[in-house]
Amino acid sequence: MARRTINVDVLARVEGEGALRLVVDGSVLREAELRIFEPPRFFEAFLRGRSYTEVPDITARICGICPVAYQMSAVHAMEDALGIVISPAVRELRRLLYCGEWIESHVLHMYMLHAPDFLGYDGAVEMAADHPEIVKTGLAIKKVGNAILKLLGGREIHPVNVRVGGFYRVPTKRELGALREDLKRALEASLGTVKLVAGFEFPDCERDYDLVALGDAGEYPFNAGRVVSNKGLSITPPEYDAHFEEYHVKRSNALHSRHVGAGAYLTGPLARYSLNSALLSPLAQQAAREAGLGPTCNNPFRSIVIRAVEVVYALDEALRVIDAYEPPDRPFAEAPLRAGIGYACTEAPRGMLYHRYEIAEDGSILDAKIVPPTSQNLPSIEDDLRSFAPGWLSETNDRLRHLCEQTIRNHDPCISCATHFLKVDVVRV
Amino acid sequence: MSDPPRRLVVGVGNPDRGDDGAGRLVARLLHGRLPADVRIEECLGGAAELIDLLREADHAVLADAMVSGAAPGTIRRLDCASGDVMPRSAGASSHGLGVAQAVGLARALACLPSVCVVYAVEAAAFAPGAPMSPRVAAAAAETARRIAGEFG
Repeated sequence: MARRTINVDVLARVEGEGALRLVVDGSVLREAELRIFEPPRFFEAFLRGRSYTEVPDITARICGICPVAYQMSAVHAMEDALGIVISPAVRELRRLLYCGEWIESHVLHMYMLHAPDFLGYDGAVEMAADHPEIVKTGLAIKKVGNAILKLLGGREIHPVNVRVGGFYRVPTKRELGALREDLKRALEASLGTVKLVAGFEFPDCERDYDLVALGDAGEYPFNAGRVVSNKGLSITPPEYDAHFEEYHVKRSNALHSRHVGAGAYLTGPLARYSLNSALLSPLAQQAAREAGLGPTCNNPFRSIVIRAVEVVYALDEALRVIDAYEPPDRPFAEAPLRAGIGYACTEAPRGMLYHRYEIAEDGSILDAKIVPPTSQNLPSIEDDLRSFAPGWLSETNDRLRHLCEQTIRNHDPCISCATHFLKVDVVRV
Repeated sequence: MSDPPRRLVVGVGNPDRGDDGAGRLVARLLHGRLPADVRIEECLGGAAELIDLLREADHAVLADAMVSGAAPGTIRRLDCASGDVMPRSAGASSHGLGVAQAVGLARALACLPSVCVVYAVEAAAFAPGAPMSPRVAAAAAETARRIAGEFG
């Protein structure tokens, strides 16, 4: 059989710029590599010398889709460095803000980027022509996420109301209450989304992943918890650097990450769900059961079902927070400046996001380390391709290319964040 | 008597990326120069946020930067009703579902304004933090003048 090279020069429906090269030698897959050419952005370097107070606003600019995640990991790390203890109300408002971001990000990915793969369309525009109601539903649910961000964050993209210790301004009960009816309608619609995506056809592709997420928090994780895995890891965020390391591969402007002594690992919906499914709200658990999900999931193609369940959860949780809300006496907590190092992991929609900052006595940043979920997931995404693509080699180049792109989109990679992605080449020789 | 048409101007782009800010500059230049009922908005160009704006308008004019290979500063007027703005899904990311996709989606969802025009200004450079090219800034001013004329 001939050698085939399949090049996807610019990967579509992923965040940022990257490419995939597959080299197929007869019936053997020789190469499956993601090349990330999104230029590096050097955020960690230009945080040095800035004040600790600036970090939520600067790091929010890393991503237009998940700015809240960057803000949350940033403020928790700074609070760790300074010994600031946030109020219970601020903690709850941060969960609510994260709910807004999960809703926005997951719905965008499910409806605009991932669903066309399963329904056989090139993209959302083509899908909308045949299924306008599906797209309308997605846009309506997303709008509720936007409304949460606008109210709590000050605006829908790159929110400006988050500060170390809490918020510049906290909402009134009345302001939060005004979101209730829209949230309830979106929650009803989101249950329909779970049914819709559960009906898609999923390739029988499972892998024994090293799944890593926040856990042991007594709640489905956003801002708190230990770093746990399905292989028995249980550490605190300050121990992250001892267990995980970044490394450079020539083909990628994004660093890759590995679990020291174990290799590739996976963060994101599969990990979060498999390690915490029992902590979902009863309604979200029921939706998961009815969608055919067990307590864990190792099929990345089913990540769309988990995202749909997590949207149900985020809407349900948002309503819980709003109904229980009592405004705090002060919108933020403070503590005297001191030199120190702070660590935090929070759960971005795409997976765990680690921040570490060292600050000087005057609060200026001496050193910053940011490890986005996509950097952590890139080796596992390549391993997915190496594991699954050999079963697809008898497919036409177009079909093979599509399946490989879908394999990548399963993880909703944010290359812009990680380079700090796609083009697919299939070479058959 | 029927309601008057809901009229809208949207400047699209990222003002921190050089010439990509051309559409936003057009919107800013139009403040005080349009009839009071014309709503002026700016956005980064995400399809979802654009559709939310379009579905609430009967007459929309969008201003955006373009890369077509024409000379920098070239201004094109595209009539969406005639199909001038064709959506291309290939290459789209959730960051990159832009004006063309928004118009395509709005059409598919039957919420495209009955009058929908895009003014596109050919851009030259998109470097982060860079100022706008003088030729593109001048074209933005000319675009604002033409859009004011559409509502005159």
